[in-house]
Amino acid sequence: MTLYLFYFLSFLAILSALMVVFSKNPVHSVLYLIITFFCIFGHYLLMNAQFVAFVHIIVYAGAIMVLFLYVLMLLNLNSESEPHKNNTLKFVAVISACLLMVVLVAALRGTDDKMLQDTGSQIGYVRNLGKVMLTDFLLPFEITSILLLAAMVGAVMIGKKSSNTTTPQ
Amino acid sequence: MTDFLIYKILLVVGVFTITLVVAMYATYGERKVAAFLQDRIGPNRAGPFGILQPLADGLKFFMKEEIIPSVSNKFLFILGPSIAMITALMAGVLIPWGNTLIINGTAYSLQITDINIGILYVFGVVSIGVYGIMIGGWASNNKYSLLGAIRASAQMISYELAMGISIIALIMMTGTLSLGEIVNQQAGGDWNFWNVVYQPLGFLIFIVCAFAECNRAPFDLPECETELVGGYHTEYSSMKLGFYMFAEYINMFISSAVLSTLYFGGYNFPFMNDLGLSHNAITILGTVFLFAKIFFFIFFFMWVRWTLPRFRYDQLMNLGWRVLLPLSIANLLLTALVLLWIDK
Amino acid sequence: MESLSHRSKVVSNKKMTFLERIYLPAVLSGIAITIKHLFRRKATVSYPEVKREFSKIWRGHHVLKRDDKGAERCTACGLCAVACPAEAITMTAAERKKGEENLYREEKYASTYEINMLRCIFCGLCEEACPKEAIFLTDRLVYTDFARDGFIYGKDKLVEKVDERIDVTVRQTPAVLEFKKHKQLSHNK
Repeated sequence: MTLYLFYFLSFLAILSALMVVFSKNPVHSVLYLIITFFCIFGHYLLMNAQFVAFVHIIVYAGAIMVLFLYVLMLLNLNSESEPHKNNTLKFVAVISACLLMVVLVAALRGTDDKMLQDTGSQIGYVRNLGKVMLTDFLLPFEITSILLLAAMVGAVMIGKKSSNTTTPQ
Repeated sequence: MTDFLIYKILLVVGVFTITLVVAMYATYGERKVAAFLQDRIGPNRAGPFGILQPLADGLKFFMKEEIIPSVSNKFLFILGPSIAMITALMAGVLIPWGNTLIINGTAYSLQITDINIGILYVFGVVSIGVYGIMIGGWASNNKYSLLGAIRASAQMISYELAMGISIIALIMMTGTLSLGEIVNQQAGGDWNFWNVVYQPLGFLIFIVCAFAECNRAPFDLPECETELVGGYHTEYSSMKLGFYMFAEYINMFISSAVLSTLYFGGYNFPFMNDLGLSHNAITILGTVFLFAKIFFFIFFFMWVRWTLPRFRYDQLMNLGWRVLLPLSIANLLLTALVLLWIDK
Repeated sequence: MESLSHRSKVVSNKKMTFLERIYLPAVLSGIAITIKHLFRRKATVSYPEVKREFSKIWRGHHVLKRDDKGAERCTACGLCAVACPAEAITMTAAERKKGEENLYREEKYASTYEINMLRCIFCGLCEEACPKEAIFLTDRLVYTDFARDGFIYGKDKLVEKVDERIDVTVRQTPAVLEFKKHKQLSHNK
């Protein structure tokens, strides 16, 4: 049962991911991407990682994709206003995609088989996740938060009106 | 096992029906409350005291001509209100509607399911609800709809932040994300108060954000006759419009339920253990109390709607980002400090 | 410049205090006001069952009175049309034929008499102007219609039916009552 569900979700995830790339309308691309996220949400649930699953939905589907949709809806992209893509750009894109693929395959090959085994149904719970985050993986966790803080500060800096061009209200 | 399954199915159907009926009568209640607050009588023609009015309204929605703009994306146009309705109905699954009922020695919980990340589920569902509005507004292919949809979703995303942080403070106190456990912690008399006593600021932030999330007055910016015609549902007619309206009332019901669960003790009521009643009687009484709390909050939603004028959009954003968000962070820090101090 | 009426106010743009800025006191006092209205007496009148009481001297739909014998009182003098500030009244006069004495009291009568109810402002000057006590305003309502033509009321709607007399005693203005005192002038002998 779980296996069939896994196959179904994987199939749907890959199909909608392909549709993200191939659909002409950028808004449709975003909507397909949301479907992909939901498939990944399903995968997380199959792995009993409820916290990650719902945070995934809240953050990616609920916030980031909405902002993507915003921008696309406001830009009103269509085939006439589409920027011209030259061949060099396409070439570079293909190469970088291939590189990413190589990195992913290498990373997956390097993992231990033990990681894939079921390590108890409690692994995805908030309590365990929090403990692991703040003990074993404290350094990466803090570095990530600093990265986010830096991004936030940068966003505020960009968003702030420059004082010499406009008078403050 | 089959007993359990039948019971759960009954419970799901029951919650579904109650949600729809409450939402239906919330429309009637809204009109009655509005009328009473304005010294009027309100609908009183369909049935005694007009209690058949929601049925008449529903019938009218079904009979209206259905118009789908020819230039719109038909699939997405239908998907929009459907998502709004589905997500609104999904959140009711996790609300603990009552304590356990003991029948033949087996305890049956009145909560459909209690997953250990309950609040996050509610949040996830709410954040998906934005898509119903956005997709509907975009698929209408109308600039007013699009602007209304963007307004609505910007508002909902902005207030989700402050809401989330105000809830984090609560979670730090309770130490669990499960709604069932949060309610159980507020049980009993003595000096065990409801969470609102410990988190008054959090409650205030939460209820203001709940108003904004439900797109209710004074934050009903998405629909604005003067600037945006009807907002995101300008192009909608018939039952699709009804779905949007209905989803709004269901959201109001669910957020009232979440409010009473998180901050007002859910199905607990004062002196519940001193009455000397049987467990089942207290459970039923508790459910009645929960619904009384929910109905009070629904009434409060309406009461505020017919009292306060609406905010301007920049005021709304100012309130969300520059008042409520810092306040909720301050509340979070304060709670953390107090918890640390108590822990010592 | 000094104000002449002393009614103008200087707009103060003072900064709001902290209490005013957090809005909550204002919001709370607002909802306290609305909750009070929940228990007030309702202003609504459930119309078909309950009808709102008219004032005794309500000025509504006109009536052209008949005298005791059933003859029309109006003599088409045109004073009402002259008095009418809205110019709502028109009429054409005709001479009474032999054998019509029981229909028209005077020798001259109005063969048509029209009031445009869209123009009429229901001021009641016509009944004050009338020397024959022929026209009165009543407490009947002028009903709605779909076309403008329907609001031009002719004699069919204005003259009272012989068998359904309309009581206008409450509408008898002081001028009318004064007039009635002098029996020698009265046409209602």
